[in-house]
Amino acid sequence: MTSLYGYEGPAAELVKEAGAKPGDLVEVSRPDGTRYRGVLMPRYALSGKPILVIKLDNGYNIGVRVTPGTRLRVIATREEVLKAARRSGAPAVIPLIEEQPPPGPKPRIMIIGTGGTIASKIEYETGAVKPAFSAEEILEAVPEIGFIADIEAEVLFNILSENMRPELWEKIAERVARHIAEGFNGIVITHGTDTMAYTAAALSFALRGLPVPVALVGAQRSSDRPSSDAAFNLHAAVLFAAKADAAEVAVVMHGEPSDSYALAHRGTKVRKMHTSRRDAFQSINSTPLARIVPKENKIEMLMKPLRRRGEEELRLENGFERKVALIKYYPGMYGEIIDVLVDKGYRGIVLEGTGLGHVGEWLIEPIKRAVEEGVAVVMTSQCLFGRVNMNVYTTGRKLIAAGVIPGGDMLPETAFVKLSWILHRVHDLKEVRRIFLENLAGEYNPRLTLRLYPRWPLNG
Amino acid sequence: MVDPKLDTSRYDPRSLGLKVGLEIHQQLDTRHKLFCNCPTKLVHGEAEEDIFYRRLRPTRSELGEVDVAALFEWRKGRIYEYHAPLNCSCLVEADEEPPHELNREALVIALAIAKALNSKPVDEIYVMRKIVIDGSNTTGFQRTAIVALGGYIDLPSGKRIGIQTIAVEEDAARKAGEKGTVTSYMLDRMGIPLIEISTAPDITSPEEAYETAHTIGQLLRLSGRVKRGIGTIRQDLNVSIKGGTKIEIKGVQLLDLLPKVVFYEAIRQARLLEIREELRRRGVTEEYIAENAVVKDVTSIFKKTKCKIIRKVIKKGGRVLALRLPGFHGLLGVEVEPGRRFGTELADYARFWGGVGGIFHSDELPAYGISEEELAEVYKELSADKDKDAVVLVADEEKKARKALEAVLDRAKYATKGVPPETRAALSDGTTRYMRPLPGSARMYPETDVPPFEVTEDVLAEAEKIKPVHPMVKLEELTRRYGLSKQLAKQLLHELRLDLFERLAAKYSDKVPATYIASIFTNLLRSLRREGVNIDNITDEDIEAIVKALAEHRIPKEAVEEIIRKAAETPSHDINKIIEEVASRRVSIEEVEKLVDEAVEKLKDEIRAKGMRALSKVMGLVMPKLRGRVEGRVVAEIAKKKIQEVLGG
Ligand SMILES: [Zn+2]
Repeated sequence: MTSLYGYEGPAAELVKEAGAKPGDLVEVSRPDGTRYRGVLMPRYALSGKPILVIKLDNGYNIGVRVTPGTRLRVIATREEVLKAARRSGAPAVIPLIEEQPPPGPKPRIMIIGTGGTIASKIEYETGAVKPAFSAEEILEAVPEIGFIADIEAEVLFNILSENMRPELWEKIAERVARHIAEGFNGIVITHGTDTMAYTAAALSFALRGLPVPVALVGAQRSSDRPSSDAAFNLHAAVLFAAKADAAEVAVVMHGEPSDSYALAHRGTKVRKMHTSRRDAFQSINSTPLARIVPKENKIEMLMKPLRRRGEEELRLENGFERKVALIKYYPGMYGEIIDVLVDKGYRGIVLEGTGLGHVGEWLIEPIKRAVEEGVAVVMTSQCLFGRVNMNVYTTGRKLIAAGVIPGGDMLPETAFVKLSWILHRVHDLKEVRRIFLENLAGEYNPRLTLRLYPRWPLNG
Repeated sequence: MVDPKLDTSRYDPRSLGLKVGLEIHQQLDTRHKLFCNCPTKLVHGEAEEDIFYRRLRPTRSELGEVDVAALFEWRKGRIYEYHAPLNCSCLVEADEEPPHELNREALVIALAIAKALNSKPVDEIYVMRKIVIDGSNTTGFQRTAIVALGGYIDLPSGKRIGIQTIAVEEDAARKAGEKGTVTSYMLDRMGIPLIEISTAPDITSPEEAYETAHTIGQLLRLSGRVKRGIGTIRQDLNVSIKGGTKIEIKGVQLLDLLPKVVFYEAIRQARLLEIREELRRRGVTEEYIAENAVVKDVTSIFKKTKCKIIRKVIKKGGRVLALRLPGFHGLLGVEVEPGRRFGTELADYARFWGGVGGIFHSDELPAYGISEEELAEVYKELSADKDKDAVVLVADEEKKARKALEAVLDRAKYATKGVPPETRAALSDGTTRYMRPLPGSARMYPETDVPPFEVTEDVLAEAEKIKPVHPMVKLEELTRRYGLSKQLAKQLLHELRLDLFERLAAKYSDKVPATYIASIFTNLLRSLRREGVNIDNITDEDIEAIVKALAEHRIPKEAVEEIIRKAAETPSHDINKIIEEVASRRVSIEEVEKLVDEAVEKLKDEIRAKGMRALSKVMGLVMPKLRGRVEGRVVAEIAKKKIQEVLGG
């Protein structure tokens, strides 16, 4: 079947026959006498319906069904349409802010693009959103950051957040290390939000002795809309990277639904806790690292940073083992799931157990076998809040006896990243256990206080 | 020379080549909002709510265009405060969750109305984002989708008005207030489905604009699926005259104001053309203005001024800037609309583009404490000619004042061309004020979060079922089916609760005459409203309960007014309790007979003398004691009988 610009079947054939392409001014006429004139749009809907999408003169899109005998004719090509639009007086580009940043030395900040659209432009003829990634384009969209720092930018890659994977963590870590060596005073990484916390954890372990702040930032509302949180978050992230006296990896995002303050969360303690809210990112078993008020260019530290700026020197310890699995236990889970991983040569398994760190007792044997075969098995809790404690109940004690490493109050995702990182460099299970239990990047909080838990704002 | 005073009677809109198009926005009465599951109702009084604050950043098109109005608000640091009532808003209104799929119910209603307007439904409905950055949408855009194209409506006058497009849109948030740079909005209204009907510019007189809006409004109500009451229907206008420009006028809420707004806009354009002719006569061209306009800082002239506004500005470190408008002598005082002069138009520009409080101009000076001498010095400083040029003063921060005068100068230059394209806001007296430049064409983008909706045969069949009839057809139906007089039927057609009438008439007209039910709406409720009784407190359920009580003979017709008055006192009344109270006061026939007997006894002599003509006297004695407790007809019958007895015995 023909497929063209998202069109299939008769619609695609019609488009092909007419030699039309998205952006062309076309006329559709049907045997029933109806005629539609407008710009042909690509079809985004993932269904093969025989419907052409046309942008009318008033800017609206409509769908026109292709019936037998329907004809399509190109009136003017996209190039001609654009030319005419520009001729009719392309408006002068008005800058968002009239003032220029004052001269004088400013911190040097590198913005590394990995995906998500922190700054974007809308395509004139189709309304499609295109990412803007050069420093100039970012500064045009968010000129405020030019007042804080000298901005440089590069696109490392541009992927959907869900397609992030360990080899890309490695690429980012390597690039960050290079830019720090070049003398940048802080690094900002734009990242899709879905897997941002994993990447933050990965960088937290790979960038040993980090001497400058590294801020990961994203947007929950895409930057093509006036209400986007992208500019606010980027402003906060640049501020953090340029000014914070905290040399660690942090996720910088909205702190509440209002455009009031952003929060910097420690890279190993942060988790995306909501599918869509601006303040989706939350610190778990930890307070946030800092509160940032972009409007006042203010940073307020909420806890002691892991390191101050320049306190240590960077040692890049890159590399993540791929044969590691993160498994959530559920009632009735079969032991064969563990067996399969062992048989497939997996070197590490992070379990998300129930409550204090348990699994059904029938899993103890398969787990024991896994450890005996040299697989590192870590226990975390699907409760997320609180720490595992496997001494309280029998099953826990049996798991410990089977050789399971307790993950403390560490997030399951962080434990997964940490185990992947350790297994890349250590093989001996005893050594794996020793390093895993060490607090390397603030991933453990030895003291959980009463207020480290969300509560409902009930009256009375 | 143009006469500065405006005589509106000199202008006939028809001979001006008036062309008007209407955009009618009507809320649909759906179970939930257009893109989420919140109910389509507004909060009244105190309601539990969350509050959050946002800013809206102007977005740029591929060509680099930014919406200037939005940009200015953003630069000023405009903050929007949103009140999110828990009962009728959710994460979608707060822009914290993507929109859900299009509300099917709303689409079916819109398609039904489209069919009634002879409009052709599109085959697939696409939701677009229309950029609107005044904060009234948390997203910074309004979601809108065309459901049908083309069509027409025939007016009672016989004229046919074309329909261009029919769209469904989400309603905006309700503005709750403004304080400094903070504008607050209530989110309950945001997301309620609206139908937008855009007519062709076929309307040629103010009266016809009214007739069109009225007929379409009636048709919408006849669907029985739209909201009623103030604020549920709003009109925007496009107005132009021959030689003028298409002007967008926003937000006419009262239908009665519509013809006035149209008339005044036609006059405004005509007056601007008169000013253009006068400038041509004087040989004042755009180039001439550009070459001879001068802006100077004249703060020193006002060091000792008696003008309080200027003194305050200077004290705060601001400046006074003056602009010479070459060749404009006398023109700034020309009235373009009743009470609004050309100078007012310039002031609107100064306010919008410069963010200043206003301007002073030579055609209104000396005044406001600015003296003759000061004015003369300003003329001197600008090398301006008192008999040829006009002078505009602005006192504010230097940067703002400069921008303001630049805008004034640009607007003045346009006067040589005629009517500048603008979006204007309707004011309550029927005049309009400059709101912003016409938005660029690149303000519409696809809403990629909402999948398109295919208009299938099934959907169209559903729409066909609820398609409203044309008001004229309905008129005929009302007279035929319910035996209403044409006069009464016409009055009823104007009635917001026509659908309620039809429901009640269908249900009860065998027991309560349809003409009486109709008169509850056309007479009783209307006269009570005129009297100041708060009829808004009377719900459809109240009226139905009353008609039901009448049908069951639990209350007499005479009691209806009293019941309504009582119910109207509070919004939280219990109608059945009020009806019960009245019903319990009903008197027995024996009691009536006793009272009539007493009266007849008293009037015995008169009855003997006048015969049956004394009936009114008897009634006059009895009725005050019985009003609302028994039907007058019953009393009259008894009285007749008793009189008969006296005469006969
Ligand atoms: Zn909602």
